[in-house]
Amino acid sequence: MSLQTETDTKRIFKQVGTRPVRPDGIDKVTGRARFGADMEMPGMLHGLVLRSPHPHAKVKKIDISRAAKLAGVKAIVTRDDFKMPKDKDLVDICANIMARDKVFYDGHAVAAVAATTKAIAREALKRIKVEYEILPHVTDVDEAMKPGAPILHKGMRTGGKDTVSRKDTNVAKRYVFGHGDVEKGFKQADVVIERSFKTAATHQGYIEPHACLASIGPDGQGDLWVCTQGHYMVRNVCAGLLGLDVSQLRVTASEIGGGFGGKTTVFIEPLALALSRKANRPVKMVMSRDEVFRATGPTSSTSMDVKIGATKDGRITAAHAELRFQGGAFPGSPVSMGAMTAFACYDLKNVQSIGYDVVTNRPKQAAYRAPGAPMAAFAVESVIEELASKLGMDGLDLRILNAAGEGTKSSYGPTFGLIGLKTTLEKAKSHPHLKARLGKNQGRGVACGFWFNFAGNTCVSLNLQLDGTIALSVGTPDIGGSRASMSLMAAEELGVPYDKVRTIVADTASLGYNDVTDGSRTTFAAGLATIEAARDAIGKMCGRVAKVWGIPADAVKWENGYAKPAGPNAGDFKPMSMAEIAAIAHKTGGPIAGHYEINADGAGVSFATHIVDSEVDPETGRVTILRYTVLQDAGKAIHPDYVEGQYQGGAVQGIGWAINEEYIYGEDGRLQNAGFLDYRIPVASDLPMIDTVILEIPNPGHPYGVRGVGETSIVPPLAAIANSVSNAAGVRLTELPMSPPKVLKAIGANGRA
Amino acid sequence: MRFESPQTTKDAVALLAGAKGKGRVLAGGTDLLVQMKSGMAAPDVIVDIKRIPAMKSIKAEKGGMRVGAAVASAEMAEHAALAKGWPGVVEAADLIGSTQIQGRATLAGNLCNGSPAADSVPAMAAIGAKARVVGPKKRRDVLVEKIVTGPGKISLAKDELIESILLPKRPPRSGDAYLRFIPRTEMDIAVAGAAVSLTLDTKGVCTNALVIIGAVGPRIIDVKDGAKALIGTKVDKAALKAMEAACSAAATPIDDKRGTKEFRKHVVGVLARRAGQIALKRAKGSK
Amino acid sequence: MSQIHVSTTINGDQAEFLCDADETLLDALRDRLGLTGSKEGCGTGDCGACSVTVDGRLVCSCLMLGAEAEGRKIGTIEGLANGDELHPLQTKFLEHAALQCGICTPGFLVAAKSLLEHNPKPTETEVRYWLAGNLCRCTGYDKIVRAVMDAAKQMRKA
Repeated sequence: MSLQTETDTKRIFKQVGTRPVRPDGIDKVTGRARFGADMEMPGMLHGLVLRSPHPHAKVKKIDISRAAKLAGVKAIVTRDDFKMPKDKDLVDICANIMARDKVFYDGHAVAAVAATTKAIAREALKRIKVEYEILPHVTDVDEAMKPGAPILHKGMRTGGKDTVSRKDTNVAKRYVFGHGDVEKGFKQADVVIERSFKTAATHQGYIEPHACLASIGPDGQGDLWVCTQGHYMVRNVCAGLLGLDVSQLRVTASEIGGGFGGKTTVFIEPLALALSRKANRPVKMVMSRDEVFRATGPTSSTSMDVKIGATKDGRITAAHAELRFQGGAFPGSPVSMGAMTAFACYDLKNVQSIGYDVVTNRPKQAAYRAPGAPMAAFAVESVIEELASKLGMDGLDLRILNAAGEGTKSSYGPTFGLIGLKTTLEKAKSHPHLKARLGKNQGRGVACGFWFNFAGNTCVSLNLQLDGTIALSVGTPDIGGSRASMSLMAAEELGVPYDKVRTIVADTASLGYNDVTDGSRTTFAAGLATIEAARDAIGKMCGRVAKVWGIPADAVKWENGYAKPAGPNAGDFKPMSMAEIAAIAHKTGGPIAGHYEINADGAGVSFATHIVDSEVDPETGRVTILRYTVLQDAGKAIHPDYVEGQYQGGAVQGIGWAINEEYIYGEDGRLQNAGFLDYRIPVASDLPMIDTVILEIPNPGHPYGVRGVGETSIVPPLAAIANSVSNAAGVRLTELPMSPPKVLKAIGANGRA
Repeated sequence: MRFESPQTTKDAVALLAGAKGKGRVLAGGTDLLVQMKSGMAAPDVIVDIKRIPAMKSIKAEKGGMRVGAAVASAEMAEHAALAKGWPGVVEAADLIGSTQIQGRATLAGNLCNGSPAADSVPAMAAIGAKARVVGPKKRRDVLVEKIVTGPGKISLAKDELIESILLPKRPPRSGDAYLRFIPRTEMDIAVAGAAVSLTLDTKGVCTNALVIIGAVGPRIIDVKDGAKALIGTKVDKAALKAMEAACSAAATPIDDKRGTKEFRKHVVGVLARRAGQIALKRAKGSK
Repeated sequence: MSQIHVSTTINGDQAEFLCDADETLLDALRDRLGLTGSKEGCGTGDCGACSVTVDGRLVCSCLMLGAEAEGRKIGTIEGLANGDELHPLQTKFLEHAALQCGICTPGFLVAAKSLLEHNPKPTETEVRYWLAGNLCRCTGYDKIVRAVMDAAKQMRKA
């Protein structure tokens, strides 16, 4: 459903665009804020999970008898406690949270125990005997696609257009996007660059491990406290897996210590609920860091081929990509989004991207900030850079020449409206960063990137309190400071100071359904709903005032927080403040609230260009990031501090992904680096300040022009850094991460060691 | 599991000797607790040595410095004379982990954990540090490089512990330095490490040197050819290059998640050369 | 295994608790004393979210046994503010938007306070190296470093 909104780009905002302190701030700097593991209930038990040590095996028998006899053990669950759901969408989730006839990865859950203390639960796990029949495993995406590879799911056939497979395969689906005739296009090119790329699997790396506290009473009513990006999703999925009615389960979202997409699904929550139901006591479950790495949802490792051709004056005539992504043990890697976003920055007559979704013996992937797009951009933007070099053109100029703009038919289908790509490229060109001098062994790289941004189902309720302040309830967990932005938008619309609005994230019983906080959708969709709910409340307040004044409702207008007569003909009445209106609410009909429910669309796509300087130590291959600039279109920055925060955070996750982070599997199929010691995310001393430039090309689909900002910032870094390091090292790097041994090897092979 | 907090070395030794099962010494706990959590260690009694005055002190001794086994590396860095006299050892200890880890980690603990990649061990070995090992009947002073016999294995008996480490008096015109390679700037375990200690005569000619490399074999390696390459020279470019080559040749690393064989062999030589340059500068600057 | 009785001082207040021999100080703070401000991000001393001070020394509470707290002075995030008066670091973190999800914030504040006690005028590099043991995944550290340096400036003026 398309929303008829008018984006008033000439509007002068009073609150929006300022930088007030966020409402949840003080609790977070004093340690008062309650995260997933910070809740307790009387009689609470502790739950732990027994996990497979094998990457691929049949589970022949599970003997829990010795564990059940241990004093203090109150409940044990296995596959026998989870009936296969009828809902097709839940089948894979069910098999992932608790293994059924096979375990598919090192860390796959096989049983769970609830006991009076953690120590007893640990001992109980030791007493569970599982009989495995070990099967051959495969963890590499290209290996998994080869004929003769160990097959994970008997009967799997490749879905998608033009695919014919009669044999069991690990290729779940084939996607094709694009338009035009790439073969013809390549023939028209004067220069063609064709390269292959690989990226390792990475994890979102949120500092807070998954945690929840579940309580199902003898009446079948359940309460769940959980750190999640979507408590409505948790409610629906858990109800489905446990055979409960959705209304029997109330989920409260705690403060969340990072998600980035990794907390948009469930892992231990159904287990905690099942244990609680069996034990008839609350059960708390907190994952260890080791479990988070082994058994939650890292993103795909990839293998990609990209080919781009252009005429000698820089016009791209054809672009082709084949992307192979493994999404762990079950189908659903983000290869389709990688394929869709790969060439989205360019205005192309002939373009095709093909994507293969492959299963392997690794944990089932979950979304990671612009899923699929960073890897695809790494490949495409690296080739663009090489192309520019071959053509003797500046990389930014090549991009500007071929940039998508208003009216471009995108490579994934829709035609773009007003977009900000060219602006980010041109601003990058004139940015002082480009003028900074580079020293020995230093190199500069640029790259641009794209993300769709989502909208989705959203409900918001705005209530006028007795004292005239506003209680705003939203259903989208706050992962980046969105409560401050909601308060700003409500305050703006109502014309009242920011501190008169208190925003909370309500539980699932208090609001209608909300899609998860993902897809950079919250400021857009919940913001849009907030604005509409405020307008709804304004309409109602004006109606009440009209009653009191005895004039028609349309003779009352709203201005700067007051209800006023619309004109001199309406009458000479003193304007009423929200506090005064609240005072007359009870005698004019009752409490006053505004609300809004929508499945929104109209989210604006957003683009970014990044500039990176790096230095390579040619004797050790070590990479140092020297300087970083992010230029990104936010449409309208509601709270500029938090927009900058998204730009910086995404860039730094990109830095880690580009130079050090990777899932390392041994020959035995086991994860070797399941901790922060050897899964190396950037630390403060690794980094410079991250400079940001917020550009605002308003999104026509939002009343204030908002575009999502959370994800686009992670799309360009892999390529920008690869381009920078390749320039610094004097050799093109095509595999991520560009860890020191890889860089040193590449330099050595190039004869520069 | 029992937790004990003795107040004297004698009591600590008695607790270890009398332990019915496995007894473990707790200094900073930055290795022991990690091992306990992963199930690699399951002691029956934990002996906390941090309440023993002899183990908490830093005392000058015959021109050298005796550092108690429970002294944290952060305390070492704050001790002016220690930091000035043995910069290589202090900076090596200061590299271990983070500020928080350095608030707890100790030289003795780093040594007795027996990791081939321990940061303080090459630096201590390069200057001839000695560990005072105390048992129920006797105490002995042992060169630090004799303590670790293999990955996770030490030459102490079940009822012995280290009470202190002596950093001996440095000869005049001496300098020491330790460098390690890690992919980030902090927090990582050394992929390769090199410590160089050298002494110059009044003409600037090297009269003595020790070159110790770490994380490139089951134990630290004393690169005698590396030392030979420096002795008798003015530690010029050619001498350093020869030492670098000797270190790469002497290294016997493995391939693992932190680095490949070729990478470690190459980099340890580079580190030794760079550490040698720093040690030389320090030797020239000292009296 | 019988439990150990520990008498200690937490943020200036006398406190007592019972814990198992192998229970960490972090577990004792969170589960025995209800002080959930210190967080467990990794349990192995690699993330700093559990940072506390022990007799003024910055450490990871996940790598210390609860029993070791006997007779010592423990400082946690809950003790940073003075009643309802926020510490300059807390105020500056809010002003600079140096937190997004906030899970790492208690650890950073305790670590930063320790830094400024040691070095009231740190350079940007010194701030970054001191805080290298505190992982943040949301902010990229930029605003955190700015907040710490701004707080240091303000504290020097006072």
